[in-house]
Amino acid sequence: MILDGKCPTGPIEKSWDKHRFDLKLVNPANKRKYNIIVVGTGLAGGAAAASLGELGYNVQAFCYQDSPRRAHSIAAQGGINAAKNYPSDGDSILRLMYDTIKGGDFRAREADVWRLSQVSNNIIDQCVAQGVPFGRDYAGYLDNRSFGGAQVSRTFYSRGETGQQLLLGAYSALSRQIKLGSVKMYNRREMLDLVVVDGVAKGITCRNLITGEYESYAADAVCLCTGGYVNVFYLSTNAKGCSVTANWKAAKKGAFFANPCYTQIHPTCIPQAGEYQSKLTLMSESLRNDGRIWVPKKKEDVGKRPEQIPEEDRDYYLERKYPSFGNLAPRDISSRSAKEQCDEGRGVGPGGRGVYLDYADSIKRLSEKIICERYGNLFEMYERITDDNAYKTPMRIYPAPHYAMGGLWVDYNLMSNIPGLFVLGEANFSVHGANRLGASALMQGLSDGYFVIPYTIGGYLATVKPSGTATDNAEFKKSVDDVKKSTDKLLSINGKKTVTEFHRDLGKIMWNNVGMARSKESLTEAIKQIPVLREEFWKNVKVTGTGAELNQQLENAGRVADFLEFGELLARDALHREESCGGHFRVEHQLPDGEAKRNDADFTYVGAWEYKGNDKEPELHKEPLKFETIHLAVRSYK
Amino acid sequence: MSDHKTMTLTLIVWRQKKANDPGKFETYTAKNITEHHSFLEMLDCVNEDLINSGIEPIVFDHDCREGICGMCSQVINGAPHGGQDRTTVCQLHMRKFKDGDTIYIEPWRARAFPIIKDLIVDREALDKIIQAGGYTSCHTGGVPDGNTILIPKPIAEEATDAAECIGCGACVAGCPNGAAMLFTSAKVSQLALLPQGRPEAAARVKNMTATMIECGFGNCTNHYECQAACPKGVNVKFIARMNREFIKAQFA
Repeated sequence: MILDGKCPTGPIEKSWDKHRFDLKLVNPANKRKYNIIVVGTGLAGGAAAASLGELGYNVQAFCYQDSPRRAHSIAAQGGINAAKNYPSDGDSILRLMYDTIKGGDFRAREADVWRLSQVSNNIIDQCVAQGVPFGRDYAGYLDNRSFGGAQVSRTFYSRGETGQQLLLGAYSALSRQIKLGSVKMYNRREMLDLVVVDGVAKGITCRNLITGEYESYAADAVCLCTGGYVNVFYLSTNAKGCSVTANWKAAKKGAFFANPCYTQIHPTCIPQAGEYQSKLTLMSESLRNDGRIWVPKKKEDVGKRPEQIPEEDRDYYLERKYPSFGNLAPRDISSRSAKEQCDEGRGVGPGGRGVYLDYADSIKRLSEKIICERYGNLFEMYERITDDNAYKTPMRIYPAPHYAMGGLWVDYNLMSNIPGLFVLGEANFSVHGANRLGASALMQGLSDGYFVIPYTIGGYLATVKPSGTATDNAEFKKSVDDVKKSTDKLLSINGKKTVTEFHRDLGKIMWNNVGMARSKESLTEAIKQIPVLREEFWKNVKVTGTGAELNQQLENAGRVADFLEFGELLARDALHREESCGGHFRVEHQLPDGEAKRNDADFTYVGAWEYKGNDKEPELHKEPLKFETIHLAVRSYK
Repeated sequence: MSDHKTMTLTLIVWRQKKANDPGKFETYTAKNITEHHSFLEMLDCVNEDLINSGIEPIVFDHDCREGICGMCSQVINGAPHGGQDRTTVCQLHMRKFKDGDTIYIEPWRARAFPIIKDLIVDREALDKIIQAGGYTSCHTGGVPDGNTILIPKPIAEEATDAAECIGCGACVAGCPNGAAMLFTSAKVSQLALLPQGRPEAAARVKNMTATMIECGFGNCTNHYECQAACPKGVNVKFIARMNREFIKAQFA
């Protein structure tokens, strides 16, 4: 099937304004007759629930944590982009769009990216009005910093905790609506199924994580704001509870999964210390503003202390290979370069999987005090984890899975191929193409939540009759029965291997075969190994306790079970995409200098997969990508 | 790393099946722990051992494991988050302990935080305080350009100091009165300092403090244990600011 993204036509500059005018409206008196479910309360979900509630819809919002304030958006450190051009350094909406399309290696939709860039400016205003404490200069104006993949300073920030402040802004707006009664909040609920009635999304099935009860909720539209899936690699920078479950359940109900192979491996994370490790910690990309990345030139120097290696024996490889972007080269390029250095035997630290991020020059140039002002909290965090003082000795960093550009397929209105099912933020595939630039995730989450869905959902609801919140349709009961059957099965196996052991095993298969460098052989191997592990899981997993209580093992078992299915799809997508682009690097497809080699003739499309059953191959649907404003070109940061 | 020597520790952990069960301490052994294990990774290892020996693992709240989501909440040897300066449980590392140590692990204990199971407590009361007024009542859209509101850097910085709060509740757990004054004052102060928050400042401080009392939190008697327990270094001066705002609000 050829998919239609339903993008507006005509001049790109007018596209969003024209589309907003063309969308049908729901009049204020009718809005209160409609019910909307929002799953997830990160930047996208929190902003959407607050904005939709304020518009007058009845909103039911869900999160698995004990409070909507804890979603993993909170961990974003560096900043949020906007095309304000406050520094007058040449920025514009068009340039932000250009950088985003190019950064994504020409695998995103132009119209979506234009809209994102246009509303980026509204986001900053909105957050300021909420009392988000952005960094300011001494005159009281908003301050900017630089980020990877851009030659202008367009990143707004709040120390090294921008995600926290933006999320707490959305959380406060949400809290206001909860108080007003327009949003009903359900904490400690995990969505375990999407309910589809006559081909239309009509509700969800949840497990109450405290009591273990299964609960049905009905609405006229369901918004999934459920984040990304890189915990499929086990070790990642995501929170422990992040999963593909909500999205995967929707996919099994017919929603297409787009570009799952576009995963972002973030270059600046603290290297793994041991087998027992439960997660990897990101050090903000903003650190690359003032830090210089290097490895020893000579293999025999890798065991030495960094201060024993003289300047002439250090290889500042990013500055050498990409002189115009240097240490601010995009994430995919920086990560791959680090891997190359380590593969060549010049990596530092335990296991040789690390490179130095060195502040000595910046401290000399600016003083330790200024570096402390800019990154103090990050240096503290680094010291707590590694016991090293990065003011005195270089940090050690290594890439780690961080973000999913792929996600459920949506059209320009953020609606999936299932009518009534909307997907926002990291959970959808829409704007980042094959690689996301730094400080763009916060922008997309808030754009979708504050400034896109409030318009586009009206266009859908205006065409359907309100159907109330009754859950008496047989599909609700069937969904609860299915979910119950699956959890009962997990509890009854009583095998020999723990859930964590299975997750770790899957992570190894994924990281070794579907990680930073992929090949036909490695992907075929993954597609062979994952079903074997999946089968073993359903025969040999050990889940303690019962289903009628708070049971974290059971929660995790469900998430790992879904990763064991989804991981295979990710590998299949990577195998089918016979090109390298952004975060998807196929060793067969590279330029002589090792850069990614795209195949525009055959792969300028979104690959959206339809689930056909665990034992059947998924079916590929394509949405061709057209580039009319920004011309397809080889991505160069040299 | 395998080249590091390992530690064996004795854990005395609060186990409680449900909200209304009495609960008690159980003793477990943590083996093969290195200095690089985080505290929660140490508990993960203990849990794997418990599962393999047929005992239900210890449940505890956690999520981001990088010290920012505010989910983790354990009192370790009597100190919320374990007592390391500006550190959440998930960022506490085992190099702060030594081989042979005995470690007591308990949930947050406060009237307003009923225990749900083992080390997990219900902190919805903190959400209720924010719902009572921890926001500016701006609409989505229709707001002025960000740079039309100038905020002097020192004010912006002080508001950010208050906004560091991650809502973990350690301040409540540390306070002998079970007060949420530091938590509430952090939000009141952030918004009272900023021009955007001034129009509603009086109503906000009244509503938030009233909700604080309704939820069963105690009063402040200047122990400063909250500041000592706070993993984000939120300063008790914000309690003084909230008190000022509260008095001003009586005349507003």
